[in-house]
Amino acid sequence: MTAAGGATHASTRGGPGPSTPAVEVSGLRFHYPDGHEALTGLDLRVDRGQRVALLGPNGAGKTTLALHLNGINVADAGTVRIGGLLVSEPDLAEVRRRVGLVFQDADDQLFMPTVGEDVAFGPANLGLRGAALDARVDEALAAVGADDLRTRTPHHLSGGERRRVALATVLAMRPDVLVLDEPTSGLDPAGRRELVDVLGALAITQLVITHDLPFALELCPRSVIVDDGRVVADAATTDLLTADAVLRRHRLELPFGFDPRSVTPHG
Amino acid sequence: MGAGHSHPLYVHAHSATHLLPPEVKVAATVAFVCAVAVTPREARWAFAVHAACAAAAAAVSHVPPRFVLRRLLVVVPFIAFAVLIPFVGSGERVDVLGVAVSREGLWGAWNVVAKAILGATASILLAATTEVPRMLTGMSRLRVPAVLTAIASFMVRYLEVIAGELGRMRTAMAARGYAPRWLWQARPVATSAGALFIRSYERGERVHAAMLARGYSGTMPEIGVPRATRRHWMTAAALPAVAWSATVVALAGPA
Repeated sequence: MTAAGGATHASTRGGPGPSTPAVEVSGLRFHYPDGHEALTGLDLRVDRGQRVALLGPNGAGKTTLALHLNGINVADAGTVRIGGLLVSEPDLAEVRRRVGLVFQDADDQLFMPTVGEDVAFGPANLGLRGAALDARVDEALAAVGADDLRTRTPHHLSGGERRRVALATVLAMRPDVLVLDEPTSGLDPAGRRELVDVLGALAITQLVITHDLPFALELCPRSVIVDDGRVVADAATTDLLTADAVLRRHRLELPFGFDPRSVTPHG
Repeated sequence: MGAGHSHPLYVHAHSATHLLPPEVKVAATVAFVCAVAVTPREARWAFAVHAACAAAAAAVSHVPPRFVLRRLLVVVPFIAFAVLIPFVGSGERVDVLGVAVSREGLWGAWNVVAKAILGATASILLAATTEVPRMLTGMSRLRVPAVLTAIASFMVRYLEVIAGELGRMRTAMAARGYAPRWLWQARPVATSAGALFIRSYERGERVHAAMLARGYSGTMPEIGVPRATRRHWMTAAALPAVAWSATVVALAGPA
């Protein structure tokens, strides 16, 4: 489960070769208006079709990084490239098509009156209308197993349903890179299981911000630890999760009784 | 919050009215209300025609009369005010049940009560057959400025989210022993209103970021909901046309 999948949604612009990384972040620095230095020279390269877990304590800069990947935050210094395309003002529309961002709180993501309209919002902004738009909505809802939720009101869905619908709103744009911010937070075990199945079946580049280490191990062959606004560790997930000293230094903890060596990962 | 997925004003049914595109229903409601509003108060027969129109609309829409009557309670405060007019009005007096009241005031009260009830009934029927999101689509198709419909639609979407947040904050206060009885104990309520504002404001920023992330560029795309055809317009025009005919005859006829 590595390089092959990303090619299915190969982008039409910028003519990136097969070796162009899906995401390339170099020397990224960013501070918030209150002066807090959130990113302090972050470098990260993710190849096409890779699934990478982004680990790290609260306040490490993970979400801030995610908001840079599609140009919602604007860097003080450094660059972000998506499939070779520089994230900057003239190409923001295309960058936002390529990068699908699933926010931590689904209530922030779902703002339209019905699920169907919410899923249609992104592709409609891309200019799709009529039957093509309907087909895109069907496709995205089917991908997350939420076909029956189309006419429902987002506010009345369960947490797990809301999370999957939020994912569908992004998949409807057929992104090249999927960025998920703590996708398992607040889900019950069955909801979490359904999400693993959905994400595991998607053959696109994925960057998953999470505190849920077993989830990272199950889904992502590679993990990156971010702390103090930069990448401090980057290795195979199994290796990283067995490096006790590294985990402790960055406030990461495995659930009680969980041994990464005793499980066979999904990916 | 509730388990159902529709608004309390909405009656779930599959009548012909429910299936009409929203813009024709909004337009028909406005046309009907205008017809009622300009009807001269002396033309009591015209109000009977209007009432018959409203009743017919309710029947066609499968909206139970009890539902309409219950919702009509909303006009009671206005009616309570109108009932006072005959007693405080000046001019010629007439006897009603042995009480001398102003003739002019009586007409004024009748005018307010009849028009308020008919207008409210029309709005109740519109709301009962058209879900709020559809209604907003209808309004934007009737060229109501996009900014207004967008604001209304966000209000509808997030009112419950914010109400939920408020509910959780109140639960949190109650859980720590806050049970206000007197005005001077209201300080935490005021503070929480401030906190609620900040929370809502920050949510607004996150929602905006989420919209940008999906390619939002300042205008809401119009999605779903079939557009009205000529036949839809003709169907919806039927009742307002009857009401307007009555109004026109009443206006033209002897006062």
